[in-house]
Amino acid sequence: MTEKKALSAGLLALGAAGLAVSLIMDFSGSENTIRGPLLVIGAILALVGLYCIPTKKYHRSIINFIFLFPLLFAFGVTVIIPLLLGIGYSFTDWNGVVIKNVVGISNYTTMFRDPSFIWSVLLTFLFVIFNMILVNLIGFALALLCTAQMRGIGFFRASYFLPNLIGGIVLGYIWQFVFNNVLVQITAKTIGLQNSILATTGTAFWAIIAVYIWQYAGYIMLIYVTGLTTIPGDVLEASRIDGAKGIETLFKIKIPMIASTITICTFLTLTSAFKQFDVNMALTNGTGSVADFMGSYLTNGTQMLALNIYNTAISKNSYALGQAKAVLFFVILACVSILQVRISNSREVEM
Amino acid sequence: MKKRTKKIIAALIGTVIAVYTLLPFYLVLLNAFKKANDIVANPVSFAGASLSQFVTNLSSVVNNSNFSYWYAFACSIIITFVSLALLALLGAMAAWVICRNNKKKWANVIYMIFIASMVIPFQVVMLPLISTFRDVGNFIGVSMLQSIPGIVFAYLGFGGAMTVFILNGFIKGIPYGLEEAAAIDGCSPERTFFTIILPLLKPVITTVTILNGMWIWNDYLLPSLMLGQNGKVKTLPVAVQAFVGSYVKQWDLILTAALLAIIPMIVIFVFAQKQIMGGMVEGAIK
Repeated sequence: MTEKKALSAGLLALGAAGLAVSLIMDFSGSENTIRGPLLVIGAILALVGLYCIPTKKYHRSIINFIFLFPLLFAFGVTVIIPLLLGIGYSFTDWNGVVIKNVVGISNYTTMFRDPSFIWSVLLTFLFVIFNMILVNLIGFALALLCTAQMRGIGFFRASYFLPNLIGGIVLGYIWQFVFNNVLVQITAKTIGLQNSILATTGTAFWAIIAVYIWQYAGYIMLIYVTGLTTIPGDVLEASRIDGAKGIETLFKIKIPMIASTITICTFLTLTSAFKQFDVNMALTNGTGSVADFMGSYLTNGTQMLALNIYNTAISKNSYALGQAKAVLFFVILACVSILQVRISNSREVEM
Repeated sequence: MKKRTKKIIAALIGTVIAVYTLLPFYLVLLNAFKKANDIVANPVSFAGASLSQFVTNLSSVVNNSNFSYWYAFACSIIITFVSLALLALLGAMAAWVICRNNKKKWANVIYMIFIASMVIPFQVVMLPLISTFRDVGNFIGVSMLQSIPGIVFAYLGFGGAMTVFILNGFIKGIPYGLEEAAAIDGCSPERTFFTIILPLLKPVITTVTILNGMWIWNDYLLPSLMLGQNGKVKTLPVAVQAFVGSYVKQWDLILTAALLAIIPMIVIFVFAQKQIMGGMVEGAIK
């Protein structure tokens, strides 16, 4: 017992000393490279010392702390601190490194007066609505197909799901090739369309939607398949005996019984379509001309909100403005999520 | 008879859609075997496709200094595997503590913060994240940007919430009596966790590992911001983006690079199809 006491005290002292020395070095502006490793080793030693404290009464609390600490620390540094800083930065003239002035809400007023930003917001909403409807309809249709009794069903499911495995950047370039080199040859021969559909803003928007459906419908299908297979067989049996036809069973039994799955899929497509970035960047990089929107000529015809934020901050170097746009993006997504929780809860009460 | 025609029609529709979903993959594979001229002349025909051309394309892509395939591949593997292992272990530890203290206020507060944080889009934290990481790196003298430990740390932070959420739901279902019995036998809480709880978590850890793995392996924005476009550490998506940026319209090289980037994922999918598809669904439903 005394040995353990000495050990833990020694480790705690060593750890604290390591932390203290490295922190002093940090604050005094020392360039000695040992200070980083010393800080990490000090923290680990202190935790081990804490673990070795010979106490029955507080052992459980110590374990709780040690088990929670690493993940919470990472979470705090990567999510919570940047979130709070980011909201604060959006009210300043932050340039990515330093803040000179607090500018109040001028970043927010600037962005709402910018036609290209308004265009991006509207385009994103349009994109989200079309996607939500189309991905769900197609995903559900595929799910019906994939729950039918037939041979090779496993292959169909796997091949519909396959696009979901590929990262947005790579598949964006693959589709750019398909649109610009393959499809254009076909359209030139058949309907005389010489330009790639990525070349004009309107058709490029639909191209992005098509690629998104290609990537996402298989995933949504899998969730619907799971929902459909949880419908008890005797319910379907009973409806069949009562003389319900295929269409009737679909609308009066299957769809009402998977209402919660529909909610899940709707919001899943909603939030993921909002956050769409990779495909947008790789496929068109937001380009596309708009002749006249709110009295000005735009060159970002296919630029969604997420890409607009990225370009504002990284390409145009307006960090504070980009951050203000990002805060608006966050508020929109938070509202959508609150709506989702409300809807799912009210449905649970009904059932 | 009628049922049979229906079945045939269903199979036909299924096949047509499968062709549509697989066609881009086929085009990538086919054109990786051709010269740039042959690709532009006719991207769907076999004309000009040869194994020797594939080897030529492959070697020019793999040996390209802008792409450095093997290096990017190794970085991606290390980052993904270390992040996944740490997320599984630290996530399980945190989820267990939160779940077993669910009557206490602090545990509930932490859990609520985790849940609420899942709403936060990456865009709202990405800019301050980079400056925070740069400042922290300068302060402690360990580079957090352009380093593997730094990006693993970031993935721990961003993946933590979802991991804890899914694991928490599973741990709730493990009877507490199991742990009480171990405690009566004189087993310490940490030993109880590592010898009794952790082995029971295997199925749900598989689920979170698949979900996190798909995300981390394919993630572009976080590594591109943290590691930079041409930094000393790079992941496969970042390497592809940098490569394509420097070889506009050289489809023989781009498509071969794309092929190299998607092959690892497809190989894993072929071997673990059921687990991956099951894991993705479970993650969505919870």
